[in-house]
Amino acid sequence: MKIIGFIVVISTGLLLLYAESDFPDWADPSSPASVHVSPHYITESVEETSVPNIVTAVLADYRSYDTMFETVVVFAAGIAVYSLLRRSRKRQNQQEEQPVELPHQALIVKTVCRLMIPFMQIFALYVIAHGHHSPGGGFQGGVILGASFILLAISHDIQVVIRRFKEKTNLIFIAIGILLYSTVGVAALLFKLNFLDYSYLSFVIPVLDSVTARSIGILVVEIGVAVTVMSAMILIYTSLSSRGTYESGL
Amino acid sequence: MELVIAKYNYVIYILLMMIGFYAMIVKNNLIKKVIGMNIFQAAIILFYVSIGAKRDATIPILEHSSNPETVLHTIDPSHYINPLPHVLMLTAIVVSVSILGVALSIIMKLHSRFGTIEEDEIIEQIKR
Repeated sequence: MKIIGFIVVISTGLLLLYAESDFPDWADPSSPASVHVSPHYITESVEETSVPNIVTAVLADYRSYDTMFETVVVFAAGIAVYSLLRRSRKRQNQQEEQPVELPHQALIVKTVCRLMIPFMQIFALYVIAHGHHSPGGGFQGGVILGASFILLAISHDIQVVIRRFKEKTNLIFIAIGILLYSTVGVAALLFKLNFLDYSYLSFVIPVLDSVTARSIGILVVEIGVAVTVMSAMILIYTSLSSRGTYESGL
Repeated sequence: MELVIAKYNYVIYILLMMIGFYAMIVKNNLIKKVIGMNIFQAAIILFYVSIGAKRDATIPILEHSSNPETVLHTIDPSHYINPLPHVLMLTAIVVSVSILGVALSIIMKLHSRFGTIEEDEIIEQIKR
């Protein structure tokens, strides 16, 4: 079995190396990937969306449909982990599982984490809100927010997190993100525009012109993504580390 | 030799992909298979991101001041790297984390059902 696998892997690698000669050189400015659509994004995105970070503009405006369903994938993964692992308290008593032994909890680790977590969360909010002008956005900020809760769970106890961020709240939050995203999209239909065409916000908020409205729409959508990603991360972590009991664990 | 020097990014991604692929198809331990899958994904992400690179170009964030009018005159596509692969991989990274979570929870379920995470032992128990 090992030898067959080794031969398959080596032959795949050799085939790919053979195909490599057809690829453009590294960092070639005239490579096919860089001449087709991306010059349009680079030159037009500020004019069309007033967002200087092209990645954010493409992610949440030009390819908004794609991003929405990527968020749905994250949502589905969170729900799948939850429904696979969640067990009620009754069943757990029947199975007689030995409790996970908690390691000795050091005072320094606890205190340092307690000090660090608020700054992590503020930084996460900055990453979400400043995604238009600097590297950042909903996915990254959501993951940092989720990581701050996971750090709290690792440094203290999973109960500390569950008390602050209840199971039910978590499930509601994971849905709220998607709901916010799709509401912004569906609302465009009411103004006879395409799905997820944010320029309708200029009709709702008269101060905006149709280009800045897109930038505001991107911000709302990014917040939705962040909320879903954050609660999906917490849901996956708490389900996995407590083996679905939501009582004890790392 | 020219191939390796001018296109070393592809060589790195192929080597990484081979490591991940080998772990996915040969290893018996399900956790090791998942780790192999993650290495495979990392290789694909590296491949996509390296496609977007341009020589002497900066990150795809336009240099700007508070006045958006000043930006419009100076945009040259060869000054900024290709943003499209970055967008695609940004979502792929988060999705790969979700896949990791689902895979681990399925492995936990299998462990509680069969008492092992070795693939051949699980198949033996199913056959019985």
